[in-house]
Amino acid sequence: MTSEKLGTYNMRISTIGYCLKQGLKNIWRNKMFSLASIATMSICIFLFGLFFCVVQNFRYMVEEVESGVSVSVFFDEEVSYDQAAMDEIGEKIRAREEVEEAKFVSAEETWESYKYIYFAEAPQLADGFANDNPLAKQAHYEIYLKDVEGQSTLVEYLESMEGIRRVNKSVEVAEILTSFNLLVGYVSVAIIILLLCVSVFLISNTVTIGIAVRKEEIAIMKLIGATNSFVKAPFVVEGLLIGIIGAAIPLSLLYLLYTKLVGYMGGQFDNLTGLVQFLPIDAMFRTLLPVGLALGVGIGFFGSYLTIRKHLRV
Amino acid sequence: MIDLENVTKAYSTGNHALNGVSLHIDKGEFVFIVGDSGSGKSTLIKLLLKELEPTSGTIKVNGINLNKMKQRSVPKYRRKIGVVFQDFRLLKDRNVYENIAFAQRVVITPTKNIRKNVPAMLSLVGLAEKYKSYPKQLSGGEQQRVALARALVNKPNILLADEPTGNLDPKNSKEIMKLLETINERGTTVVVVTHNQEIVDQMKKRVIAMHRGVIISDERKAGYIQHAN
Repeated sequence: MTSEKLGTYNMRISTIGYCLKQGLKNIWRNKMFSLASIATMSICIFLFGLFFCVVQNFRYMVEEVESGVSVSVFFDEEVSYDQAAMDEIGEKIRAREEVEEAKFVSAEETWESYKYIYFAEAPQLADGFANDNPLAKQAHYEIYLKDVEGQSTLVEYLESMEGIRRVNKSVEVAEILTSFNLLVGYVSVAIIILLLCVSVFLISNTVTIGIAVRKEEIAIMKLIGATNSFVKAPFVVEGLLIGIIGAAIPLSLLYLLYTKLVGYMGGQFDNLTGLVQFLPIDAMFRTLLPVGLALGVGIGFFGSYLTIRKHLRV
Repeated sequence: MIDLENVTKAYSTGNHALNGVSLHIDKGEFVFIVGDSGSGKSTLIKLLLKELEPTSGTIKVNGINLNKMKQRSVPKYRRKIGVVFQDFRLLKDRNVYENIAFAQRVVITPTKNIRKNVPAMLSLVGLAEKYKSYPKQLSGGEQQRVALARALVNKPNILLADEPTGNLDPKNSKEIMKLLETINERGTTVVVVTHNQEIVDQMKKRVIAMHRGVIISDERKAGYIQHAN
C-alpha cells in the first residue's frame, strides 16, 4: 500500500471514529430524548416480537393441525370389493397437487379400529362379528392435505369421480383455520405498520431536537467547509445507535421470556403437549433476531436520514 | 485573488444591500472594509463565503467564479477561506484544543497531523499553555485568538474577519490586529470588516469605505474615512 493510500485509509478510519463518537455524544447530550426514543422503540419492537412469536407459534400449530386434517373417501358398493379399481382411484388421488398423502384403509382395518373404540369395554361382543365384518363396504382412503386451503377444490374433484360413494370432510375446521390465519396475518401487518410509523416519528423527533441543539455547531461546520455527509453522519449514527439499542433490549427480553414460558408451559401442562406445540426457541430466533435487528437499524436509519434531509439544508 | 464586478445584492424586501460594487483585492493584501451598520459590509462577507448569491454581477475568488460554482463544491471552496466573527463562535462544550482540532476534523485531516498542527497554531496565537481551557474560562481576547487559530489551522489563503475586535477592549483589539498583521506577513490575504476607527488609523492599510451598499472610497495606507451621511 502506498503512503498516500495509507493516509487516505487512516483518514477514513479516523473520520468514522469521529462520527461514531459524535453520534454517542449526541445521544448523551439529549439523554432524556434519547432514552425516550430507545424506550418507545424497545416497546415497539417488543410488541412486534411478541406478536411475531404469537403468529409464528400459531402458524406452527396450524401446520401441525393441518397435517392431521384429512378427507375420507368411500367407494361404491361394487368398487368396495374390487381391489384393482380402488388402487386405480388411489393413484388418481395421489396425483392431485393438493394431496400430501393418501392412505388406503381396508375394510378389515376399519373394523379393527372401530372395534377398538366402541367395544373396548366389552371385546367379547365384537367377537360375534368375527366372520361377518359389518363394515365390509367401509374400505376407504384417508387423504392428508398439503394445505387446508386446498380442501374444497379436492372435495369437488373427488365427488365428481366415478366409483365414489361418499366424501367425508371437515369443512368447518379447514375454513375456520384458513380464515383465522388470514385474520392474524392482516392484524399483524396493521400493527407492525402502526408501530413502524410511531418509531420513525419518535426517532425523527429526537434527531430534530439534536439538530436544534447543535444548530450553532452545524453553522460553524458549514463555514469551515464540512461536506454534507460529514455534517449528516453523526445524526445518522445517532439514529442507528438508538435503533440498535432499541432492538437489542426487547430481543434479549423476549429471548428470556420465551425460554421461560416454553419451559413453564411444558412443565405445567404436560397433557397439553399433544395439542399445543410451541416453536422451539432456536427456530423462533433464527428469524426474529435478524428481522428485529433489521427493523431497529432500518427505523433508526430512515428516521434520522429523512429528518436530516428535511431540517439540514446543507 | 478577490474580484467583484458590478455586484448587486437585493433582498426580497426590495432593499439593496449592495449596489453595483466593483473591487479588486490582490494576493497578500491587508484590507479594511469600513462603514456603519447597513452599509453592506456583512453582506459582502456573506457573498464571499457563498452564504448568499448576488442578484447580479460577478464574484471571483482564487480565480473561481462563484456564480458558476455548484453547491457540492462549496465546502471545498470554503476550506481555502478562514473566517472569524465578532462573537467568536467557539464550541462552548469543547476545550481550546478540541475547538481547533474540530476545524481539521471537518476537512478530514488524519489524527496524526491534527496532533502536530493544533499545538503549532496555539503557539502562533500565544495560547499554548491554555489548550485544556474551555471558552468560558478565557477572556474575550483569548477567545478571539482561539477563533483565529481555528480559522488558520487549515492554511487558508484568505482570512475574512467580520468585526474581530467588536467585543474587545482596546488592548486586546491591538493584540488581535497585531496577530492579523503577522498572519498577513506570512502570505495570507486578510480582509477585515470593522468600524473601529482607532485601529484602522493606526494600521495604515488599504481602506475601502462603504455606505448604503456602494463603495465611497478606496485608499491605500489610509486612515478611517469619514463619509458624508
